[in-house]
Amino acid sequence: MEALDIARWQFGITTVYHFLMVPLTIGLGIVVAAMQTAWVRTGKEQYLRMTKFWGKLFLINFILGLATGLVQEFQFGMAWSEYSRFVGDVFGAPLALESLLAFFTESVFLGLWIFGWKRLPKKVHLACLWITTLASMLSAYFILAANSWMQHPVGVEMVDGRPVMNDIWAVLTNNTLLVAFPHTIFGAFAVAGGFLIGIAWYHLWKRRRDGIDTVDAKGNVVVGERPEIGRDKTDHSVWLRSLRIGAVVAMISFAGVAVSGDLQGKLMFEQQPMKMAAAEAACHDGTGFSVLSIGDPGAENCEDVDTLVEIPGMLSFLANGDFDTEIRGVNTLLEQYQDDYGTHLPADEMYGTNSGAEIDYTPNFAVTYWGFRIMIGFGSIAAIASAYALWAVRKGTVPESKWLMRLAVFGILAPFGANSAGWIFTEMGRQPFVVAPNPTGSDGVFMFTAAAVSPGVSMGELLFSVITFTVVYLALLIVEVMLLFKFVRGGVPAAMPDLLGGDDGATGGMNSPGGDPDGTPGKKKDDVLDFAY
Amino acid sequence: MSLPLFWFIVIAFLWVGYLFLEGFDLGVGMLMKLMARDEKDRRVLLNTIGPVWDGNEVWLITVGAMTFAAFPMWYASLFSALYLPLVLVLLGLIFRAVSIEYRGKHDSDSWRNRWDWGMALGSFAAAFGVGAALGLTTTGLPLNENGDRVGGAFAWLTPYALLGGVAVVAFCLVHACVFLMLKTDGQIRDRARRIVMRWLPVGILPLAAWAIIVQFMNAKVATLPLLVIAVVGALLAWIYARRGRDGLSFISLGIFLVAGAATIFASMYPVVLPSTLDAAWNLTVDNASASPYALKVMSWVALFGLPVVVLYQGWTYWVFRKRVTTEAIPAPHSFKNQ
Repeated sequence: MEALDIARWQFGITTVYHFLMVPLTIGLGIVVAAMQTAWVRTGKEQYLRMTKFWGKLFLINFILGLATGLVQEFQFGMAWSEYSRFVGDVFGAPLALESLLAFFTESVFLGLWIFGWKRLPKKVHLACLWITTLASMLSAYFILAANSWMQHPVGVEMVDGRPVMNDIWAVLTNNTLLVAFPHTIFGAFAVAGGFLIGIAWYHLWKRRRDGIDTVDAKGNVVVGERPEIGRDKTDHSVWLRSLRIGAVVAMISFAGVAVSGDLQGKLMFEQQPMKMAAAEAACHDGTGFSVLSIGDPGAENCEDVDTLVEIPGMLSFLANGDFDTEIRGVNTLLEQYQDDYGTHLPADEMYGTNSGAEIDYTPNFAVTYWGFRIMIGFGSIAAIASAYALWAVRKGTVPESKWLMRLAVFGILAPFGANSAGWIFTEMGRQPFVVAPNPTGSDGVFMFTAAAVSPGVSMGELLFSVITFTVVYLALLIVEVMLLFKFVRGGVPAAMPDLLGGDDGATGGMNSPGGDPDGTPGKKKDDVLDFAY
Repeated sequence: MSLPLFWFIVIAFLWVGYLFLEGFDLGVGMLMKLMARDEKDRRVLLNTIGPVWDGNEVWLITVGAMTFAAFPMWYASLFSALYLPLVLVLLGLIFRAVSIEYRGKHDSDSWRNRWDWGMALGSFAAAFGVGAALGLTTTGLPLNENGDRVGGAFAWLTPYALLGGVAVVAFCLVHACVFLMLKTDGQIRDRARRIVMRWLPVGILPLAAWAIIVQFMNAKVATLPLLVIAVVGALLAWIYARRGRDGLSFISLGIFLVAGAATIFASMYPVVLPSTLDAAWNLTVDNASASPYALKVMSWVALFGLPVVVLYQGWTYWVFRKRVTTEAIPAPHSFKNQ
């Protein structure tokens, strides 16, 4: 272990963690906004309940995404100061655009939405949520612009050994970005879809278990009622509709992820051939796609990898759209990289203990190969599951099976897994570069990760922060999941306690002198805080 | 006006905006443990900042990102040199955000109490860390010719860092009390006013001392009038508080902050981060800034974006302009899992 490794672990941990929250925020945000729109347009109670319930879960998740996003922005300067100096002229711009044009909007209008119930006119209040969610998508766009520049630097020229921006438009329309953005957004919707399916399934199942809903001879659901615990007929339509929305969202997003992913793959064969070769465990030039390859788990080089099952022609298809183009394998690429970018790091003190070290151009095989497959595999599982879910509820409720319900709830994790695997694959696959060279771009615009770390920061500082962040993040993840479970189990009344007849003393004597304004609408028109903390 | 100078002013503006806005919500966070006496009080405090704290915090994110874009060398040197205080700031901000959102999500006294501590300590850590970082930005760090800190993980730990930290914490506390005079009514408002009347002179003292020190370090006469304005602002804030003129008191304290910070930034110019080892290694607006093209792009963005942000953020304050009182706080809801 050296400072570089710790800094990389820290970046990986904080980024993957942050990206557990972000897709749910983006995907669920749009879904909740659509639900509220349906409510404003139709006035149907079911949509209000859906908005409140899913909105609560959205907020619980949003806040942790927001809090951990700060770390992302600060750590470029903190742990990667040489990187910041090298790329600052171009990389800082999308970050600044993000904070000023997107993050501000997101935060301010979210506050307005949380506190604006009954205080703002209905349509203005709804607009606040739309603005928030669209801003979070814009935010994703700018962040991906920054990341895409690291994958494929454009819009710069080299001046005195540093890339200097000469075309912001090129940075914001980078072809890498134009495919990464839809891929990421569809990935976010897949997360939201799975989330809706799993939770709605659980509630429909619970209604059957508790004997509220029954099934007639033809298998159609007979919706029952228990209004005293907030599980009336509207409650049923809340879950049924949520599940259907979730399934449709998940299936559309899977199609979107597949199409954008294919485009992204083709682009990547061009821009970062080594990453793709490693993902396919393709050591020698060829056309075959490896379905299963095995090797020594710590395989550092190609000779340790055995391909067991291979589909001929498939690799060419993925890379090029035909079946017979020879795709360059790791061995060929290795020679080319060594010719183009050298075999050893310069003997310069900025490289610390890595100064003069041999450069390993092959990324970690196990991580890239399996990361790629986990991403696709988990994504496909989620798609098949959502198609099944849509079919299963055609008669208005879910099957009685407890195991199926558990599977649906557990299935929420699949798109999360796919997202994380995708990011780990794409980031680790670009090693040993932090800024991967653009094969058709300006010469010299690339940077080795070993050169990017902060020279002045000590091992101790990095260790302290990576341990602290990891511990705090784990603790907060437990808290978030616990709260999500609590509010999921509470169903709609968890988000709308007045469904149960207002404050019925269940809270243990916290009654205010002014009475409970929620229970007596109209009595206190001047409530500042209808949705207070 | 040259672009680097323009960007120096933008960064200074963002810092002052951050201290002014998040200043009171950091202070309110600390007061959750220092001033609130019961659950009702705590919820009043929380709800005075509820709709706005998140937007306030983005000023810090933006100042970080804007510094990265406009002065990459400043950003890289400052953030890596201040590694530990910034970890403190990040942890503080994480705990604060989560505390605000999660404290009311479960109905139990120990649960709420734990998040109140998260809120109070998180706010303290963030305020202190930001203050220490800013203090050092203006007084200097041991930087070598590459802009990297020498002298180990604690090289930043100097009396100036402590002064900056204490200055921001103390200012946040009085600023929050003045804010509470304006935003609440009844007992909490009275208590806030009593605190302001007694503690305002003490609360602004370290910040004033910091401004004076930077002023003398850089020996500039031109910024002296700003210092005078700052002192007058503080004096007025105190007098208006005594007379019960909450709004004027709040504005006057704002003038103190703006003029005080302007003194500091203006007397530093053109240095943005002094090296205490050799003045030749100082980072200045010229040697730390991005290329003219990047600055031009960012200038258009800032000229369009900043006024829009100020407008809609102002609108939020207008929407939630009502005073928050204990009567307006609804009873917490609970639900049983069926």
